[in-house]
Amino acid sequence: MIIFKGVHKWFKTLHVLNNIDLHVTPGEVLVVCGPSGSGKSTLIRTINQLEPINEGTLIVDGMDLSDKKTDINKLRAEIGFVFQQFNLYPHLSVINNITLAPIKIRNIPKKEAEEQAMELLTRVGLAEKRDAYPLQLSGGQQQRVAIARGLAMKPRIMLFDEPTSALDPEMIGEVLEVMKDLARSGMTMVVVTHEMGFAREVAHRVVFMDYGVILEEAPPEDFFMRPQHERAQQFLRQLLTPMQSQ
Amino acid sequence: MLNYTFDWSIITSGQYFDWLLSGLITTLKLSAISIVLAFLLGLLIAVMRMAHSKTVRWFALAYLEFFRNTPLLVQIFFWYFGSYKILPTFINDWLNETGFEFAAAAIALTIYTSAFIAEDIRSGVLSIPKEQMEAARSAGFSYLRSMQYIILPQAVRITIPPLVNQFLNVAKNSSLAMTIGVMEMTYQARQVESYTFKGFEAFTAATVVYLALSIIITALVNLYNEKVLNVHKAA
Repeated sequence: MIIFKGVHKWFKTLHVLNNIDLHVTPGEVLVVCGPSGSGKSTLIRTINQLEPINEGTLIVDGMDLSDKKTDINKLRAEIGFVFQQFNLYPHLSVINNITLAPIKIRNIPKKEAEEQAMELLTRVGLAEKRDAYPLQLSGGQQQRVAIARGLAMKPRIMLFDEPTSALDPEMIGEVLEVMKDLARSGMTMVVVTHEMGFAREVAHRVVFMDYGVILEEAPPEDFFMRPQHERAQQFLRQLLTPMQSQ
Repeated sequence: MLNYTFDWSIITSGQYFDWLLSGLITTLKLSAISIVLAFLLGLLIAVMRMAHSKTVRWFALAYLEFFRNTPLLVQIFFWYFGSYKILPTFINDWLNETGFEFAAAAIALTIYTSAFIAEDIRSGVLSIPKEQMEAARSAGFSYLRSMQYIILPQAVRITIPPLVNQFLNVAKNSSLAMTIGVMEMTYQARQVESYTFKGFEAFTAATVVYLALSIIITALVNLYNEKVLNVHKAA
């Protein structure tokens, strides 16, 4: 579904992705973690070409991203992307945030798009907020709307870039619940997150990155119980006992 | 010792009232047409100013600098006295039928104002967080569609206060059209003054009309702002 082969990326002289090889299979839930600046956000942003790669091959849903003939807008329509800062459209109501792309890109009739949007809103538990504006919602609610917006395009892949990092602690749970549901429904997901509980519960594989390199790649139980790389061990210690590490 | 007798009756009824009224209607028409066209043209130039193509960007920049930095009166004279020499005959014929003075004034006002509006909209666009463009592109919208549905609607909301200024400028600047013989408000006030020597009354009438026009434009835009754009809900 997503294949990285020898992918490199530089920001000026900074080598942010160094020889990435990674294969995500259909229906797989992959969690990417690592310290900040490790390249994990860049990695996920290359998948829908928010960040173009400099070297190597990246094939997403059968389309080669290095091929100039690939219609990037068409590819992006098949991939849902959920941002750390939600990035809802503040000038549109919740329902219009969700129906905009289906109506304008998929040419779905307005009424049908709204029915689908209401189903999604019900699924994320926000049906009563259909006419609210994004800034009237809490962070957790905004993020759930953002997930519904992504799903409205019936994507084949969902990408999550630190979806809970900007949330107050009491709102993280509601967003993770929605994501767990989605994972269990068989959606192909790549999730950059520090939520190790989520990784343990629904991830099929965990990838640990640092310095733009994939240092470890293992099923969650192995990763958490028997991390091989020293950097991964250190990272997990800090994550689990943040107070003592200071 | 004031030995001037005010005579307000000349501007409230009769022939001079009719002149002033027709002047008002022409001013309204000229302002309305120029505001709508200048806004649309300004949007277009603003988007061109941010286009990927260097040629398009340079063209937009040249347009802006040229029309912002030359006097409106010169531009009005250019379109009125200069342009018919370079326009095809059939356009000239059509313009003469519809009133060449009016068309020249509307073109000059539109183009002059569009340059200012384009810069206002561009600064509005630049103030929208880049994540909005990323969100739109991620959903599969092309650059232009992202602009159309996501960036510009937000930018225009932010741009409303400077836009109101530009709209008011159009209404006031339209008085310059009298110099090429457009029989708008100022022209008619001048006319009434020449016939009656009642300059105080005639130009008081013109002043009140421009003031009222400005207040109405401001009120209309604010109303649109609140009722249609839902600024308060979204802010």
